[in-house]
Amino acid sequence: MDYGPSERPAGAVPLPTAIKILVAGGFGVGKTTMVGAVSETRPLRTEEVLTETGVGIDDLSGVEGKTTTTVAMDFGRITISDDLVLYLFGTPGQDRFWFVWDELALGALGAVVLADTRRLADCFPSIDYFEGRGTPFVVAVNCFEGARRYRLDEVQAALNLDPGVPVLLCDARQRESSKEVLITLMEHALKIRESRRRAAGN
Amino acid sequence: MTVPGESTEERWVDDHAGPVVRPYAVTGGRARPVTGTFDLISLVTATRSEVSPEVGLGPEHLAIVALCQRIQSVAEVAAHLDLPVGTIRVLLGDLMARDLVQVREPRTTAGLPDDSIFEAVINGLRAL
Repeated sequence: MDYGPSERPAGAVPLPTAIKILVAGGFGVGKTTMVGAVSETRPLRTEEVLTETGVGIDDLSGVEGKTTTTVAMDFGRITISDDLVLYLFGTPGQDRFWFVWDELALGALGAVVLADTRRLADCFPSIDYFEGRGTPFVVAVNCFEGARRYRLDEVQAALNLDPGVPVLLCDARQRESSKEVLITLMEHALKIRESRRRAAGN
Repeated sequence: MTVPGESTEERWVDDHAGPVVRPYAVTGGRARPVTGTFDLISLVTATRSEVSPEVGLGPEHLAIVALCQRIQSVAEVAAHLDLPVGTIRVLLGDLMARDLVQVREPRTTAGLPDDSIFEAVINGLRAL
């Protein structure tokens, strides 16, 4: 069937399915580094402009006196196949932007919580958040040079994690290592789905 | 903005292009799109290879159509045009109302029917 060169009928293009995985953790822990290590493009940055009263851009009326904040998110893309595109989003670090997290977490397949053993507490809010939401997550300990190595069970205990939550070491700069983290997350998410199905009696 | 006769295949909005005007001026002060919700990973594709300037369409609208000759997510459109996502949503709403773009909203995990997507991601990552 022929179409004119400058027009395609709406609905004729089969669009792929887009899915996302979040990369969370404290400031400077390597979120954007991990996104960049596996993304097919260099990480891109997108911004949401927020006011105290809402999300999105400002309405011009009554704009005086409102404070606006820009929340930046770095993200990357992996084309899995012709009909599946995976996006990786680094979550904004500031805890007061939870509603941005809510938008990001909606529909996410899972989350990587990056941890730095020198500042382990920085990842507590992320873990609390994903536990509370029921989002499957793994904890990946980014091995910074000079950081004392802990055993994984020590990290697991220090984070008071459910024994089922995978904890693994990684080097966020390395593609293979970051891939392994994402694969572990997807396998964990599958397991959770399986056990939820069983619990639901299906 | 676009030079007549210039190939639309060529992306004239490069990664370093700054905002042309302030975000709320781009949308005429509108905060909400006329139609659509536009998740960050909603995928957008242009329905035409080019659009001539017409009433109600600004250079940013045309830039989106040029950019979306290849399928892009809302987040990518915002990043490439260096405009806030809220602004991009308004512009995409305008384009969708004129059938100039086609949008596929992502499915939520509850709506994912089976495990095949997870398995496809695992296999796809291994193959990287």
